[in-house]
Amino acid sequence: MDNEKLSLPQYDIPDDIQNAVAITTLDRLYNWGRRSSVWPLMFGLACCAIEMIAAQASRYDMARFGMEVMRPTPRQADLMLVSGTVTKKMVPALVRLYNQMPEPKYVVAMGACASGGGPFKEGYNVVAGIDKFLPVDVYIPGCPPTPQALIAGMIKLQEKIDKESIRKVSWYNKKNKGDANYVPVPILGPDLIDPRRNAEIKSTYAAKATQESA
Amino acid sequence: MAAPASTLTIDLVARFPGIVTAETRPNFAGFIVEKDALVEVATAIRDEFGFDLLTAVTGVDYHPENKMEVVYHAYKTTGGPGLVFRVQVPRVDPVEVPSLIEVYPSADLQEREAWDLLGIKFTGHPDLRRILMWEGYEGHPLRKDWQEPFYEEDFKPFKSRWPDGKHVSAEDKTPLKDNLKFPQDFDPEKWIPDEADKLLYSSLERYTVKSEDGMSTDRIVVNMGPQHPSTHGVFRAAITLDGETIAGLKPVVGYLHRNHDKIGERNTYLQNMPFTDRLDYFNSMSNNLGYAIAVEKLMKIQVAERAEYIRVIMAELSRVQNHLVFVGMLLNDLGAMYTPALYAFEERELILDIFEEVSGARMMCNYLRFGGVVRDIQPTAMQKIKNLVFDRLQAKTDEMERFLSENEVLVSRLKGVRVVDAETAIKFGVTGPVLRAAGVPYDLRRADPYSVYDRFDFDVCTRQNGDMMDNYLIRIDEIRQSLRILEQAIKQIPEGPINSQKPAYQVRVPAGEAYGRIESPKGELAFYLVSNGKPNPWRYHVRPASFVNITCLEQMCIGTKIADFVALLGMLDIVMGELDR
Repeated sequence: MDNEKLSLPQYDIPDDIQNAVAITTLDRLYNWGRRSSVWPLMFGLACCAIEMIAAQASRYDMARFGMEVMRPTPRQADLMLVSGTVTKKMVPALVRLYNQMPEPKYVVAMGACASGGGPFKEGYNVVAGIDKFLPVDVYIPGCPPTPQALIAGMIKLQEKIDKESIRKVSWYNKKNKGDANYVPVPILGPDLIDPRRNAEIKSTYAAKATQESA
Repeated sequence: MAAPASTLTIDLVARFPGIVTAETRPNFAGFIVEKDALVEVATAIRDEFGFDLLTAVTGVDYHPENKMEVVYHAYKTTGGPGLVFRVQVPRVDPVEVPSLIEVYPSADLQEREAWDLLGIKFTGHPDLRRILMWEGYEGHPLRKDWQEPFYEEDFKPFKSRWPDGKHVSAEDKTPLKDNLKFPQDFDPEKWIPDEADKLLYSSLERYTVKSEDGMSTDRIVVNMGPQHPSTHGVFRAAITLDGETIAGLKPVVGYLHRNHDKIGERNTYLQNMPFTDRLDYFNSMSNNLGYAIAVEKLMKIQVAERAEYIRVIMAELSRVQNHLVFVGMLLNDLGAMYTPALYAFEERELILDIFEEVSGARMMCNYLRFGGVVRDIQPTAMQKIKNLVFDRLQAKTDEMERFLSENEVLVSRLKGVRVVDAETAIKFGVTGPVLRAAGVPYDLRRADPYSVYDRFDFDVCTRQNGDMMDNYLIRIDEIRQSLRILEQAIKQIPEGPINSQKPAYQVRVPAGEAYGRIESPKGELAFYLVSNGKPNPWRYHVRPASFVNITCLEQMCIGTKIADFVALLGMLDIVMGELDR
């Protein structure tokens, strides 16, 4: 959103203070501020991370979109760029990082692996898409996506931020008490255990056993 | 290309009659050693025959014949052909083989990997834990009778992928509609998950000492990674600290274990080519080259003359950009955030432009084929390469040196900080620039020439001190030598066909084994293949440089300050895609 759209034209501003005053809605101001300073978590998983670095470097320069401040700690980050294959061994750490990020937070699945497993989907240690655990805002196709594709994905995220309203966003909703997006951390067992599916796992494998014995 | 050099000049059978037998299967090389005498024979191989560098240890599951095999590849750091020796044991649990860690410490992590993925127990190994998967994981995935949750068939192409309108997604075939498989009657609520870390920390316990006067010094374990800005991806190190000094260190890897070997054994030979791109994702061209060489060894085919030169050009360009990025990232690790890396990425982008023009992709090139390359270099791309090599890269390397090599801050940070000495490096199987910086002139392009490297005039770079400064300078030296090779290759490249074979979806690969290795920018990258004549490899194993190089990490770090750990790890130039596969 450029500065022209930020102000609302239907109000007449006297000519002599036109350079000093802008009239806008709180939503627009709020979104404009947030979309222009999306700080990603400095965190690379696999091949896509290298293209993420390339997008940060001089030729593509994500700083143009206010996204150059990579934060190594989740406490200061707004955006989790899942840049690469998510393995079962890694996913508990990833979910923990997500839980530590303060609201508002966004997740971008960069590349085929993070979106759905990609070429490694059939692998026994691969989570077929981070969306099985985290709510993903933007999916970026490619293996790996070129820096241009990554930037296009980030612009999509900005468009998404533009459409939010301060009255409706979940992180100001008193009912949520700050843990609306909490995701239970998966556990490494004989295979990856998602605590949200405990009952399902138990019944599936118990039922199978009784069938076979009968 | 030279055929796998004959190892029969060494008469191990005469030295150990009754214990060692020569391999008799066609297209297999080396010797079979009796299990109980393995340590004795390996000691002789190291001390009497001079094979001081054990590069690869891996297992093969011969399920139909009901036996397991452990294959060892030993080489001399003075160059020349290698020695393959193997142990065969019946496939009855527990499959036990004596550990070679006392003779060759470089076997450490590789034996742990064989235990993890194939369930081969190495008796005498002091720390035999799972390495790529986590402790508590069910089964040993690379065994031929183990099936992953998304299992469809043994070999690709899967029938479900044929477009007859009956496509079934993999999720629909599993009971949990996900990539999950649990043992019968498993109750997730009763699972106690802390076992893995307990084992890890107990392996570090030997460092907790009490002083003689009864004072016990408090040592703390610090976990660095898997999410840490300086660990080059998802590497994790559990470090025991005595104050600020590192007293013990265990690498914890596997956070990017993408099951390369298992997927590779389901794929056809050609289907594996794009997967090799994703091993060391900085150098997909080098990975392609290593794999192509291994398969060509098996197929016994010649590579088209022009293609050989194209391969060398691409491999050396990728070495140049790897080392440039190494320098940039090293400075990042040392605290000079971003600026040096931005300089490096500027040149890298120009080299990636060339890759994109010849192969169609910036990073995942998938450019080589068995017998040649997939398409020719167009004149415009050739012009770009010439401009870069003759006009730009040399000057940019000089510029980088001018900025950095005599920079006071950098010199005082790097000079005299020990990385590794030659003897330890060889013992722990370190290869690549780190070994050469310690003074061992071991470069596979000279020591065991492949492709057409024997036609070029270049020096094997070495440095004498093995400190951080040398490790940094040797990268700059190697960029210069790569540019020398590139200049010659560009001048000498002949016209002609780019592939000696006809294009085919599937290649015919005779039964046998092959070990194809190249000097990748990070060290020795090798592919061990076993074929049984089918369209898919029976065993597909990658011996990555990064993985074996971190065997030495603990030796390198003990006694240094925690702040230097980041730099030392940077010196090894690990890349997780290759390390974890």
